[in-house]
Amino acid sequence: MSVPAEWYLLVSALLFITGTVGVLIRRNVIVMFMCIELMLNAVNLTFVTFDRMMGGLAGQIAVFFVLVVAAAEVVVGLAIIVSIFRRRASTDADQVSLLKW
Amino acid sequence: MVRLAAQGGTELPGYIPLIPFFPMAGALLLLLFRRSIGRGRWAGIVASSVIGSSFVLTLMAVGNLMTMTGAPEERTLSGPAYEWIAAGGLNVAMTFKVDALTAVMLLIVTGVGTLIHVYSIGYMEHDERKATYFGYLNLFAGSMLLLVLANNFLVLYVGWELVGLCSYLLISFWYFKPEAAAAGKKAFLVNRIGDVGFLIGILLIYAHFGTLDFDEVFARATELQGAIVTAIPLLLFVGAVGKSAQVPLHVWLPDAMEGPTPVSALIHAATMVTAGVYMVARTHVFFEASHTAALTVATIGAVTALFAATVACLQDDIKRVLAYSTISQLGFMFLAVGVGALSHSPVAYAAAIFHLVTHAFFKALLFLGAGSVMHALEGETNMKKMGGLIKTLPRTGWTFIVGWLAILGIPPLSGFFSKDAILVSTYEEGWFLLWLIASAAALLTAFYMSRQVFLVFFGKSRSSEDVHPHESPSIMTGPLVVLAGLAAISGMWLGLTHAGPIFRLLEPLFGVHEEAGTEAFLGIPEAGLVMIAVALSVLGMFLAWRLYLARGGEERRAALQERWSGLASFVRSGYRLDALYGALFVWPGKTIANVAAYAFDVRVIDGAVNGLAVSIGRSAEGVRRVQSGLVRRYVMAMLTGAVVLLALFIARAN
Repeated sequence: MSVPAEWYLLVSALLFITGTVGVLIRRNVIVMFMCIELMLNAVNLTFVTFDRMMGGLAGQIAVFFVLVVAAAEVVVGLAIIVSIFRRRASTDADQVSLLKW
Repeated sequence: MVRLAAQGGTELPGYIPLIPFFPMAGALLLLLFRRSIGRGRWAGIVASSVIGSSFVLTLMAVGNLMTMTGAPEERTLSGPAYEWIAAGGLNVAMTFKVDALTAVMLLIVTGVGTLIHVYSIGYMEHDERKATYFGYLNLFAGSMLLLVLANNFLVLYVGWELVGLCSYLLISFWYFKPEAAAAGKKAFLVNRIGDVGFLIGILLIYAHFGTLDFDEVFARATELQGAIVTAIPLLLFVGAVGKSAQVPLHVWLPDAMEGPTPVSALIHAATMVTAGVYMVARTHVFFEASHTAALTVATIGAVTALFAATVACLQDDIKRVLAYSTISQLGFMFLAVGVGALSHSPVAYAAAIFHLVTHAFFKALLFLGAGSVMHALEGETNMKKMGGLIKTLPRTGWTFIVGWLAILGIPPLSGFFSKDAILVSTYEEGWFLLWLIASAAALLTAFYMSRQVFLVFFGKSRSSEDVHPHESPSIMTGPLVVLAGLAAISGMWLGLTHAGPIFRLLEPLFGVHEEAGTEAFLGIPEAGLVMIAVALSVLGMFLAWRLYLARGGEERRAALQERWSGLASFVRSGYRLDALYGALFVWPGKTIANVAAYAFDVRVIDGAVNGLAVSIGRSAEGVRRVQSGLVRRYVMAMLTGAVVLLALFIARAN
């Protein structure tokens, strides 16, 4: 017997909400970063689920794109985080608020 | 490439376009490299030699014209130099035409022009901006040549506007003098009034004929019907009134004397101001078609001749006398052209052109002589501070006297023949009143010119002790001598009788002279008219002698001054026309400009722009607080936005 598609979608939604809330409430940049990964993977899961339901391929290809973009984003993001940490010895997002009016 | 066929004449020889091209190229050279050519006499030599080359080419063209055989109407050189505008239905080629009228104008512009260029080398010796001056002078010569060579209205108009521009540039050449700057502006603006009329006239011609080509337009001029018959020549004449300084647009010419004196001689006496006469003569078929227009021309001419002569009698500035004299003499020319159009009289037309030629010689001579006097007296222009200069300036003095006798019309000098040709043809065609006005003007001409000569060259010296007059260098007196020779003999040479060369030459344009069949008023024979004219000149000379040279003249002048002082100052100011125009046109114009600039522009236009800028700035001040720099707030905002958008989509989908 197979697991119904709704369950996958439910998991995916839970993952997305977890990620979103994490980004919103945590101040540690690295944690926020991991939460973003969580959101991306929730979206990936949705893509795959719908592809299985519809019997298509486009969503799975989109997943690859998301993976590639996520990898690139991690590279740039981590580099920024490292350089901020070197300068301030802190990973608190709220302290990095110089780019304002 | 459309190749227009030459109409009624021989193909244009290749050297004709070079006549205006040489001075234009000279102007370009001098104005572009004014710094490197500016020193020494090089600028003057370059400028004089290019205009001299044009003179040689003109002589070639005239020789070419004179050896042509065939019907008189076909003795022209015409054709396109190159295609200029080809847009849709409008085809305007740079067409040139050399016929008798153009040839006469070409000879004056290049001949007198060359002499004045040479004279300028001496006159402008000590000026720092020589190259600029000669560049402008060359540009003027080129533009004037373009004007007289034009074979369609558009090319004519281009030349017309260019000479106006050069006039402006040269009047205000010493722009650091406020009077000179103002005079240049005045000349330009007053000319603009005339030019607008001229332009409307040209546009009407285009609207009715669909072409601007002279040959075609003139051939079809009689097709016109209704009010347009009068409107076209009157509008063209408005242009002539502005350019040739006729009443009521003459006010710019006396002020134009702020420019260097050779400029006054070349532009404001000998050539540019005659462009109006030339243009009316060129378009004479339009004027012949309308009695009203022709009568207007003749009347304005006669009135101007008398009006300007009265003002000239009371001027103390040596150049202003000559300026008013020029206005008056141009009036004579317009009178003749008007009479020619009124009575279809070839002799009257030819007399106008004849007077144009002799006037160019003697007025250029008088102006250059005045310049030489000013040069000798270190810039003094007030005749009350001169006197007895014939002894210290013999060459200037004697040549000036030749010019004086020529303008007076003392036989056998040139003015005698040309002015008499005008007076006689006016009388014989039956325009008695106009003849009377012109004769009065001739009397006054004799008076004011004699007054000038007596004040400047005779009597006791009234200049201050520390001024030591010296004769001008021969580069200046040389042209004076040549012009004096021309002023003396050109009358006899060109128009001793109605069969003289100038009348013969112009027959193809204006027709062949026939003895007037109508019985003139009072029936004075021609010899009698000539006697009257000479007698008037001698009378004017005598009056001036009584008042300014003879013993007791001082007292007579004082008595007259006492009796007529109010009238005298009224006339001296040019009938207060400047003040009248100032109150009627300049003041309202300035007021409107002030209101527009300091009330409307500052308050309304600037107010709107500044208000918008300030309000945007203020709102930005409030909005920028949103950008806090806190990443998590941004995320929250994005999330809220995404949710709202999603909710909207779902709501719409359902």
